[in-house]
Amino acid sequence: MGNYFNKIDKWLSDRYELDALKELIMHKKVPVHRHSVWYYMGGVTLFLFTVQVLTGILLLLYYKPGENSSYESVRFIMTHVKFGWLIRSIHSWSANLMILFAFLHMFSVFFSRAYEKPRELTWVTGFLSLAIALAFGFSGYLLPWNQLAFFATKVGTEIVGVVPIIGEPLKVILRGGEDVTGATLSRFFGIHVAVLPLVLTAFLVIHLLFVQKQGMHEPEKFKSLPEEKKKYIPFFPNFVLKDVLLWLVVFDVLLMLAVFLPWELGPKADPFTAAPAGIKPEWYFMFMFQSLKFLPAYILFLEGELVGVLGFGLAGLAWMLFPFIPFKNKPGAKISLQAAIGIFAVIYIIVLTILGYTL
Amino acid sequence: MSQTRRKFINTILGIGGLGSLGAILYPLVSYLIPPKITEAKVNSVKAGKADKFKDNSYKIIKFGREPVILIKTVNGNFKALSATCTHLQCIVQYRKDLKEIWCACHNGLYDLNGKNISGPPPRPLKQYDVKIVKDEIIITR
Repeated sequence: MGNYFNKIDKWLSDRYELDALKELIMHKKVPVHRHSVWYYMGGVTLFLFTVQVLTGILLLLYYKPGENSSYESVRFIMTHVKFGWLIRSIHSWSANLMILFAFLHMFSVFFSRAYEKPRELTWVTGFLSLAIALAFGFSGYLLPWNQLAFFATKVGTEIVGVVPIIGEPLKVILRGGEDVTGATLSRFFGIHVAVLPLVLTAFLVIHLLFVQKQGMHEPEKFKSLPEEKKKYIPFFPNFVLKDVLLWLVVFDVLLMLAVFLPWELGPKADPFTAAPAGIKPEWYFMFMFQSLKFLPAYILFLEGELVGVLGFGLAGLAWMLFPFIPFKNKPGAKISLQAAIGIFAVIYIIVLTILGYTL
Repeated sequence: MSQTRRKFINTILGIGGLGSLGAILYPLVSYLIPPKITEAKVNSVKAGKADKFKDNSYKIIKFGREPVILIKTVNGNFKALSATCTHLQCIVQYRKDLKEIWCACHNGLYDLNGKNISGPPPRPLKQYDVKIVKDEIIITR
């Protein structure tokens, strides 16, 4: 068997310069320390993205976008197509888990300060990938054309319209008209299955190339160890095999969720019914949704939601550019300003999310 | 001499390049903006029989492209208002328990005259006129 591999390797090496590629894969080593577990979060996110691509392609075989066909085709997938319910349920659960792991990955990178020089652009591409993943969630949410999706899209696109100057035309372009209609569905479908996959794949490739080229970040404590006490494992094959093992565990959890808590479809969207009581967005938008709920109609002379939207926009921008912000910490401080900001962000997100589900 | 020639050619190419970019982008952006669909303006709609409408209940009525909320109060009076919440455009409902108009999306409240009384809505709901002609409910602008 090994002989065959060697032959293929030689055949390819005679024709292409494979050494650079081999070096890129083989040179990396992964530090082993107390917080090594966080190194796996990005890999799990990537794995779930591939699950999304594969189940998404399967759903495309039966899904028909349109005001009179979207809901019906998803219902058909769930009731007539063999294992259709499972594929759709996996797609929905995997989407949620992917965002969860992307958040875990982001905050672990944040708190270990792995975004600092020389990995600033890895952070930026990672942040943009998360933003695209959220756009995936938002656009995909509408596609079954059910009541919850309809109002979530109405509110979400209306929020875009709040942004001064560009907001209103952008809203009309997104909706394909003044209101959320079948035209919106067509646009969201195109965005969800063509535009976003292309853009996210491009960002992921760049992100992974950066990671592979620069290697894993080592925390301060690990860096200060004497050389002989630093333990590493090779990225390939040791770390990759551990990664795959974790993917299997995540896949099992995903299947259990999809089988025992199948994703519901709910009633079909009707533009002429009242928004149902208890309407909520996806959990990852909940903290923003809840914040908007708390804002009064007017703050000074500005509409409340405008303040909210601009606030979140600026906070997101600052978060993306975090590696470039020069912080000056006092020498004796117990906790750095960066860590304090991170802790505040985590607490804010958790508290507002819980309030969103309990109030 | 050759430097000026190079500069000249670069300028021409630059202008040509910008022109081409514009010629590509203009139709592209125009294509993205959806065309306006003109619809006949609706000035009144019939909303069913008045005696069949229970007190302290509501219905969402199609008024052209706009949703209108028609409420019969506990006193048997009819009220018609725009059903689009002025906050983020969700469709409002009548809360029998509160005797007020409520938006489920962000907890906005309006009184029966459409006045925004609590929560995030920045403006009142637009009022429509309701007439009863031979027991038929007619909503007009």
